[in-house]
Amino acid sequence: MVRLNINGKTLDLDVDPDQPLLWAIREQAGLTGTKYGCGVAQCGACTVHIDGAAVRSCSFPVSAAVGKKITTIEGLAQGKTLHKVQQAWLQHEVPQCGYCQSGMMMAVAALLKEKPKPTDADINAAITNICRCGTFQEVRAAIHTAAKA
Amino acid sequence: MKLNRRSFIIGSAGAAGGLALGLRLPFGPAVARAQDGSPEIGVWVAIAPDDSVNIRVVRSEMGQGTITGLAQLVAEELECNWSKVKIEYPTPGESVRRKRAWGEFSTGGSRGIRESHEYVRKGGAAARMMLVQAAATQWSVPVSECSASNSVITHKGSGRKTTYGKVAEKAAQLEVPKDIKLKDPKDWKIVGKPVKRLDTMDKLTGKMVYGIDVKLPGMLNAAIKACPVFGGKVKGFDAAAVSSMKGVKKVVQVGDNAVAVVAETWWQAKSALDKLSITWDEGDNAKVSSESIAEMLKAGLDADQAFVGNKNGGDVKQALSGAAKKVEAVYAYPFQNHAPMEPMNMTARYTPEKCELWGPTQNYEGAFAAALAASGLPADKVDVYRTMLGGGFGRRGAYPDDYVTQAVLIAKEMPGTPVKMLWSREEDMAQGRYHPIMQCKLVGGLDEKGNLTGLHMRLSGQSILAAVRPEVVQAQKGRDPLSFQGVFESGEHAFTYDVPNLLIDHAMRNTHVPPGFWRGVNINQNAVFIECFMDELAEAAGQDPLEFRRKLLGKSPRALGVLNAVAKKIGWDKPAPKGVYRGIAHLKAFNSYVAGAAEISVTGGNKVKVLRLVGATDPGYAVNPAQIERQVSGSFVYGLSALFMQECTVKDGRIVQSNFHDYPSMRIAQMPKVETVLNATGGDTWGGIGEPTICVAAPAVLNAFYKATGKRIRTVPLKNHGIEMV
Repeated sequence: MVRLNINGKTLDLDVDPDQPLLWAIREQAGLTGTKYGCGVAQCGACTVHIDGAAVRSCSFPVSAAVGKKITTIEGLAQGKTLHKVQQAWLQHEVPQCGYCQSGMMMAVAALLKEKPKPTDADINAAITNICRCGTFQEVRAAIHTAAKA
Repeated sequence: MKLNRRSFIIGSAGAAGGLALGLRLPFGPAVARAQDGSPEIGVWVAIAPDDSVNIRVVRSEMGQGTITGLAQLVAEELECNWSKVKIEYPTPGESVRRKRAWGEFSTGGSRGIRESHEYVRKGGAAARMMLVQAAATQWSVPVSECSASNSVITHKGSGRKTTYGKVAEKAAQLEVPKDIKLKDPKDWKIVGKPVKRLDTMDKLTGKMVYGIDVKLPGMLNAAIKACPVFGGKVKGFDAAAVSSMKGVKKVVQVGDNAVAVVAETWWQAKSALDKLSITWDEGDNAKVSSESIAEMLKAGLDADQAFVGNKNGGDVKQALSGAAKKVEAVYAYPFQNHAPMEPMNMTARYTPEKCELWGPTQNYEGAFAAALAASGLPADKVDVYRTMLGGGFGRRGAYPDDYVTQAVLIAKEMPGTPVKMLWSREEDMAQGRYHPIMQCKLVGGLDEKGNLTGLHMRLSGQSILAAVRPEVVQAQKGRDPLSFQGVFESGEHAFTYDVPNLLIDHAMRNTHVPPGFWRGVNINQNAVFIECFMDELAEAAGQDPLEFRRKLLGKSPRALGVLNAVAKKIGWDKPAPKGVYRGIAHLKAFNSYVAGAAEISVTGGNKVKVLRLVGATDPGYAVNPAQIERQVSGSFVYGLSALFMQECTVKDGRIVQSNFHDYPSMRIAQMPKVETVLNATGGDTWGGIGEPTICVAAPAVLNAFYKATGKRIRTVPLKNHGIEMV
């Protein structure tokens, strides 16, 4: 058993401590909003927060998350109030297929915490998630909107 | 077919809401009902007492916005309250039982809206007529005195009002009218407006259920590996070595070419599969390489035999030999993988009484047919339930012996237990249905005044249809008409240029690498070939590339329209800013006329920044302009990723690239500013949206690159030339 704190809840999960956190989140904790895209930290679809920092959970061992605060897309909103990133995503209608957007929004939420008013250059450096639908134009606009919120 | 009294609910115990599917029929009057019990008013609409409107959609939503667009079309004629609209997905099993009441399910070729707009609008109109009739009957007044708007029916004389929800039960019992008059497009209130998508919210909170997210009681998970050499077979595997690993339930051979591990979790299944030693009978295909394929295609460039896709009365040979100036060039386009963000997957549960599937596909009828074949069960014992698709781009179309078949074969090994089969990204890269590989030799002749007098375009390479729909190729006496998309003799992919002596033909050279429909399909390479060559010809003629094209487009005013639109927007008639270079391209594809104009800068001779890309499309009619803009800019991301960085190479018969590290895709830093010009000019035909614009990005950028560097790049991807997208 491994004890993890996910979205404010303490969970005791029957999981190999060496396995990637992604699959513990998806398969043991049952939180499927965090997506598998590549398994090698290339695409960012699996991005979650560990103590507030964006982490690609497909390449992050469960053991390294023990004792830390894990936040997934399901924990981004405060109850029914959407996070400002989700709100901006809604306003700009960012998602197409939407599969990469959980990870994209988690990456952006972490960026805004660190840099509340990111420049385009900041965005280019920090947001390296892959979106095959090609939503980048809306993503950028939504980041700037969220930064103003 | 007899109607079954039953309801279909995805993951009845476990799956999230919003995926409730299908229909049920109660005892009593022969009224079909939606999942929430509301009565059907014709097959496209069901309305609940609270006025909520269930609009049926059978095309697949993979991000392109089709469910919203199709719902707009139904709602326009229905005159319903748009805020009350929900989507419901009939299953292919239900479709079979109801004699394909909802028509075609297949979602490809940018056909979702353009090929169903008429019958779904008629479905909305029929429902409105039935609802109004029901109210008129209730009030005992002539139907002609009643009208409907925003889900409210009003009797003109008395001012009485009722709502759709109140008369729905009565309306459902009426005959569906056949004589239906549709609105004039100028009266549209919902169609043509940038209404918000219906599926955004759940994509923001992690609630949306994709195939990979399906959960069923007692479900197990499978990881799979097929022979990396296409056409190879399983020789043997050492199941005992992994059977005792934690969570592993079974190791099974799948068909003759794959092995799967079934375990409690997917991570356990994948870990065991990685440790499993499998020996393959790779066969002769293991000798094939990118080099051997390139040689085979090269020989086709000058072969005597070729299928003609476009030829006019003129004598090309003579025109070319008599030309004042002859221009010749050879181009090449590689294999590419779709790499949608969600890898292939399907969940299946098999018993001898029932085979049920849950997952993402662009063709639920195709998946149904594959499940019938693989399960061996009759049509009334099989069904496929829908999830959201994490991208499609053509990969999730109906291909023989693909992931749907695998999932059923695995489920048959575990009767009664639902098994979710998920491919790793590496499997997704190794077992694609690849963008066909093609070479092209172009020869053009100019007269003394620089007029194009003859053009021969020889394609040499792979046919998709020969592999995927051989009956179509057979009917065409061996020709694959799709190979000529954008340069064909007629129809939705007709060549737009008027060239006096023209021959476009295809030496079909098929490989063992399975081809597939890749967003835009054959327009990707054909647009690069013809539109870059047009620039080469223009230069040889000493003319501006835009002017040169304009002279050849006299018979294609809509092509000229989009070309002029991008030229105007990019500022073609004024010099570009210092260090900025422009390129232009156009094509007719999927019945839409599309054009693109690029502005780029190049540093160090090889670092390309695409600054602006203007895209124009004339699809005839525009259902949702906001979604069209997103499809245009999204298609440019897909197309430019392919142009700059994507190639699947073949070594020892298998695909070399394995993940996004060696098959990269654009990131936000590389995103140009995209401006969309929507130029819907009406007419008799509706054009597609999801695919056509993809093809203009690459040639526009390549033409700009030539202006910037003087280097004419004729093979894709640009990374092979040391060119980088920054």
